[in-house]
Amino acid sequence: MSDAGRQPVTFTVNGARRDAWVFPHESLLDVLRDALGHHEVRYGCGEGVCGTCTVLLDGEAVSACLVLAVQADGCSLLTVRGLADGTEPHPLQASFLRNGAAQCGFCTPGMLLTAYALLQHEQRPSRERIRRELIGNLCRCTGYSRIVDAVEEYADEAIGRADA
Amino acid sequence: MVAAPFQYERVSSFDEAVRALREHGEEAKVIAGGQSLVPMLNLRVARPDWLIDINPVGAGPIEDLGGYLRLPALTRHRALEQAEVVRRRCPILAAATAFVGNARSRARGTIGGSLAHADPGGELPCVAAALGAEVTVLGGDGARDLAVRDLLVSYLTTALEPDEVITEVRVPTQPERSGWSFLELTRRSSDWMVVGVAALVELDTAGAVAGASVAIGGVADRPWVVPAEPLDDLLGAAPEPALLERVAERAAGMLDPEDDVHASGGYRRRMAAVLGRRALAEAVERARANQELDS
Repeated sequence: MSDAGRQPVTFTVNGARRDAWVFPHESLLDVLRDALGHHEVRYGCGEGVCGTCTVLLDGEAVSACLVLAVQADGCSLLTVRGLADGTEPHPLQASFLRNGAAQCGFCTPGMLLTAYALLQHEQRPSRERIRRELIGNLCRCTGYSRIVDAVEEYADEAIGRADA
Repeated sequence: MVAAPFQYERVSSFDEAVRALREHGEEAKVIAGGQSLVPMLNLRVARPDWLIDINPVGAGPIEDLGGYLRLPALTRHRALEQAEVVRRRCPILAAATAFVGNARSRARGTIGGSLAHADPGGELPCVAAALGAEVTVLGGDGARDLAVRDLLVSYLTTALEPDEVITEVRVPTQPERSGWSFLELTRRSSDWMVVGVAALVELDTAGAVAGASVAIGGVADRPWVVPAEPLDDLLGAAPEPALLERVAERAAGMLDPEDDVHASGGYRRRMAAVLGRRALAEAVERARANQELDS
């Protein structure tokens, strides 16, 4: 396809400004992966069901496969790569590691970002609330219990850090 | 799965949206949250030539106008689910919205989009039909008001003209001495309903039924509003379990749902009776609790 019809877009991805020329029908997922090299944002189902392409769009967890790249123009995006501080894992990631909350790892970026977004809005969601929020993130390995454990442990830790 | 190419126009007012729809004709489609439309584009079930993006119009606040709430069409599900005014004044809407899709679809999806999409398995069309909600739509011939029950015509089909767009939704607030229930059966937690029931019951000061409204989703080509016969049997009567069961059974007996991969028609009819009975009972229970609070 020729470049005719492409439009310029600018987003902030993990704090860095990124520019791209995109077709209107290109999803944010395709542009992040193919044009901008963000391979941590994964293609699973292409219809918003599985959660592997979760990114935060202006702080809200969304399916990157269901947002057109042109719609994200001017927005701030966070992928899982933006969670860590350099090579130091984010405490939520550390909790996932401690709890064995990842096996093959394919769903893990989406799990982390969905949990992270929830915990930005609510300090200590109940276990049931965490489970409900993670309904849209499918994992075929872990059976979910350890993922929910990891999110709860991180939330408790964060409260402990805030009290200290 | 990649969407087929289309042209894209972003508009910042509903007037501009109508202008764009008139300009591009029937090959144009409005995109709001995109949580149903974009999967259809990705699967190429829908192949519009133009997409008119109304997101820049913005939602504005939810307003409590006494007897009803005014919801801008672009109100996101997340806002409906969490807004204090919705939870307090129209609790069935907040509760049912929590069942819509997953957390990501609720972050993007909108009430206007849900109603315009008219999925017979959607929670919001079902609840809006039970509530007797209204929409305002804007088109080339100006604005008009429409009951949601008239807006929803059939599977993914509404009474909207090709150049019309929903601009706001009005839902009645909960009257005194009334209760609600929304129950649904799904195969997976984030899925469309196999059967869902939205029930509203109002009691008089003596505890007899003064009004009732029930809509059942997943059993027809649009939410099915239970008609006066058999619902009027409740009026003036004490809402005892046997009566609620009889009304729910008779209502379900009027249905002839289709079979699909999720459930047979017969199972759907059976579940409509079971959920109908439970929903009426729960609505009555909540109405009684409200009555006690008032007295």
